[in-house]
Amino acid sequence: MSEIAEKVKAIIIDKLGVEESEVTPEASFTNDLGADSLDTVELIMEFEKEFNVSIPDDQAENIATVGQAISYLEEHAK
Amino acid sequence: MELKRVVVTGLGALTPLGNNVAEYWNGLANGVSGAAPITRFDASKFKTQFACEVKGYDPEKYFDRKEARKMDLFSQFAMVVAEEAVQDAKLIDSNVDPDRVGVIWGSGIGGLRTFQEECVNFANGDGTPRFNPFFIPKMIADISAGHISIKYGFRGPNFVTVSACASATNAIIDSFNYIRLGMADVVVTGGSEAAVTEAGIGGFNALKALSERNDSPESASRPFDKDRDGFVLGEGAGALILEEYEHAKARGAKIYAEVIGGGMSADAYHITAPHPEGLGALNVMKNVLRDANIKPEEVDYINVHGTSTPLGDISEVKAIQTVFGDHAYKLNISSTKSMTGHLLGAAGAIEAIAAIMAIKNSLVPPTINHFTDDESFDAGLNFTFNKAQEREVKVALSNTFGFGGHNTSVLFRQFID
Repeated sequence: MSEIAEKVKAIIIDKLGVEESEVTPEASFTNDLGADSLDTVELIMEFEKEFNVSIPDDQAENIATVGQAISYLEEHAK
Repeated sequence: MELKRVVVTGLGALTPLGNNVAEYWNGLANGVSGAAPITRFDASKFKTQFACEVKGYDPEKYFDRKEARKMDLFSQFAMVVAEEAVQDAKLIDSNVDPDRVGVIWGSGIGGLRTFQEECVNFANGDGTPRFNPFFIPKMIADISAGHISIKYGFRGPNFVTVSACASATNAIIDSFNYIRLGMADVVVTGGSEAAVTEAGIGGFNALKALSERNDSPESASRPFDKDRDGFVLGEGAGALILEEYEHAKARGAKIYAEVIGGGMSADAYHITAPHPEGLGALNVMKNVLRDANIKPEEVDYINVHGTSTPLGDISEVKAIQTVFGDHAYKLNISSTKSMTGHLLGAAGAIEAIAAIMAIKNSLVPPTINHFTDDESFDAGLNFTFNKAQEREVKVALSNTFGFGGHNTSVLFRQFID
């Protein structure tokens, strides 16, 4: 697993208070990991801070699963 | 319309003296001070370096990590005491309709630490607004009542009163009024505060409101003592379950005491200084006696606001002597802030509990830290100095006054069917 993927998973485990085993690439933040809309906003902000990127709202809407977050950040992280 | 009777059927406390009602009362009865050096932040550069903090509080004992992270400490405190009180009153009961249960809470400030942290983060950044989505819902004072209602599904009247140090007493009076008017069967009321932060201590220091007796924190809160030099900031929470009497009786609830009156007034004088003649304090005590329709002579004990400030203590005692006349000499008067410090918006809640427990236990908790008499006070008054006094307390009055000139009083009576 990439370093980015490791960091993304760590943020999700911390912010959503879930077990590492639940954080699979297919896991949806809202449907599988118990996030509400505010949690999702917070996650995006944490990704922006950790990876020093700015994620526009229209792109943030497409980040709904662990895998989508990892691939977006692998592509855009500086 | 005929007003309904209102009784107290549950209590909860998280205080500098103990983390439940039994521990809190034990501390009060034994004259224990809750003051100690500040642990919540490095206070070495502050004029005041001590406070009455809640001790041994571990959020993970009460919340999962994700839940705790979304609540400022003042809301966590609210949830902890509400749980103790709800369990104590056995409110999760098929005979209680959750649509008729309200939550009316009090907090003077709300999420001060959250506000401070978010502003510091922004100030340290490059100007890009990276505010946490939980910033506002963690900070706002009313969220405490929201959290309690969400946890239990209580869907009756729900809000928070804000009147600085009178907040919780305003919440108790509102709850009393809604129930006696028939607008709710039960209300979870009380207050919580968690302002022992850099902004809280620094702000009150700037007002010259806090004691600066850093060499002896435990003796710093000394209401009515000649050498008192300000209040000691406290933190924590208290909860009371108020319930319509017939409702409580029908479900066999235990009854601590009856709420018989609420009084409110304003000083209309100064933003922080009390009226020098205690005009607002005088009016609020007249109002509460009139509301309860009792004579001054029926009151046994006054749990005073008594914060240990030079001016406030004097004006409150003047008001007591005017309202109670010769009966003032027969009263027990005490300031439990000498032990707990000043919990601001939660003060009215934990002091109401002190008054109720005094009724229940026939014991008046003391005003500790009395060393030197102050000739400003009539030597014939009984301030219950230094040691609790046994006494049958049939009626107890609790006063709380807030910055802004808000005055509130509530009366509790021994319950007689």
